[in-house]
Amino acid sequence: MMQVTQSGSFQHAAVLREFGCEHSLLSRPDGSASFVQGDTTVLAGVYGPAEVMVSKESFDRATLEVTLKPKVGMPGVAERSKEQCIRQTCEAALLTRLHPRTSITLSLQTVHDDGALLACCLNAACMALMDAGLPMHCLFCGVCCAIDQQGTIKLDPTAREEKESRAVMTFALDSTDCRVMMSSTKGSYTAAELQQCIAVCQRASESIFQFYRDSVSRRYCKA
Amino acid sequence: MLCCVKEKIGEAVLPGDLLAFEIQKSENKREKLICGPGLRRDGEDVFVCKSGILRHKEPNLYWIDLQQRRYVPAKGESVIGIVTAKSGDVFKVDVGGSEQASLSYLAFEGATKRNRPNVQVGDLVYAQFIIANKDMEPELVCIDSCGRANGMGVFGAGGLLFKVSLGLVRKLLSPQSEIVKDLEKIFPFEMVIGLNGRIWVKAKTTQQTLIVANILESCENMTTEQRRSIFGRVSENVL
Repeated sequence: MMQVTQSGSFQHAAVLREFGCEHSLLSRPDGSASFVQGDTTVLAGVYGPAEVMVSKESFDRATLEVTLKPKVGMPGVAERSKEQCIRQTCEAALLTRLHPRTSITLSLQTVHDDGALLACCLNAACMALMDAGLPMHCLFCGVCCAIDQQGTIKLDPTAREEKESRAVMTFALDSTDCRVMMSSTKGSYTAAELQQCIAVCQRASESIFQFYRDSVSRRYCKA
Repeated sequence: MLCCVKEKIGEAVLPGDLLAFEIQKSENKREKLICGPGLRRDGEDVFVCKSGILRHKEPNLYWIDLQQRRYVPAKGESVIGIVTAKSGDVFKVDVGGSEQASLSYLAFEGATKRNRPNVQVGDLVYAQFIIANKDMEPELVCIDSCGRANGMGVFGAGGLLFKVSLGLVRKLLSPQSEIVKDLEKIFPFEMVIGLNGRIWVKAKTTQQTLIVANILESCENMTTEQRRSIFGRVSENVL
């Protein structure tokens, strides 16, 4: 049975961890959101469509820049690779051709990392882009799963479960057909296991999209 | 998600939702459908591209009502701009969009090549977009199609300029705005509202100006009862 609490968090039959979000919590960016999955929390802020430097401008589409800051320390190679994954997913979902010669900046801040960080970043990014009112032709969500040493698939793993597993996979799925937009995998697995993980993540993404819908209805019906 | 449009009017919709319209095939004439902001056509389908509430106006106008903060220039809209540069025959005006708009010095009432308008860098102008699309630099004018100023032009000696969300500005500009009617009862003041989310107010004293500015900024997130109680308290303290 699904329960919706005041802050907007869901409990989904012990498969995904409890997740919740908050809209428009920052006053300066054009759109902002924070997404919580279990203990993993990511804060996202979007500025755009704004002025762009001539060196980076594109004549027919908006230039999307993504920055991900870790909780401690300077951003390193791992953050840069996550930024590219997020950027490619967002560019596929946004209608960038409607705003040529502009820039859209997405800033993500890791508030706490307890596993499934890339998936949480993708969810926070999608909510922030919706909050900013940027035109998109579909929504996307991030789902993470891990295969442990015995071969069982664990959805939405914590940091400890990720360390003990032999493969960790993150998929970005779109809202229209639940197809895979982006995949980032680490570890060793067979092709059959990959297909099984994709199927499991597709089923789990339905609850995340339903949560997006409920949180948007709650936000607009309150105003 | 494909959904019938009639069920969704007044409800929140998400990007990617496809809307199905009932087309009456019995009549031979073609039906025209107007898609407003937030809706896009993809071949035969109409899909939602921004999240918000689906609204409908008879007979055939549909649009998405959303809360947005960033302004995107659109033709025909009147905005408050700040003059940032004078280069040759045009002024560069910052309207809060992705690039600066240009305003020709001949686009003022009574302006000729010899009689230039008195506009300095840093002045506020109330102007209308004559060109505003994604491919070209936006252009503003301070005259209407008959050549009269009609309230547009340079303004703002004294007073305070501040920024609010686009939804609040549309609420204030609607014909029967309750917020404006309630504000009028407190004390007299002058207000210029730009569709780019900028509002300029001027009252008799600086303190009154600041009170009006604070009330308008906080109006965004209040319900009607909360607003009425705050207005009541302010009018008691002022009188």
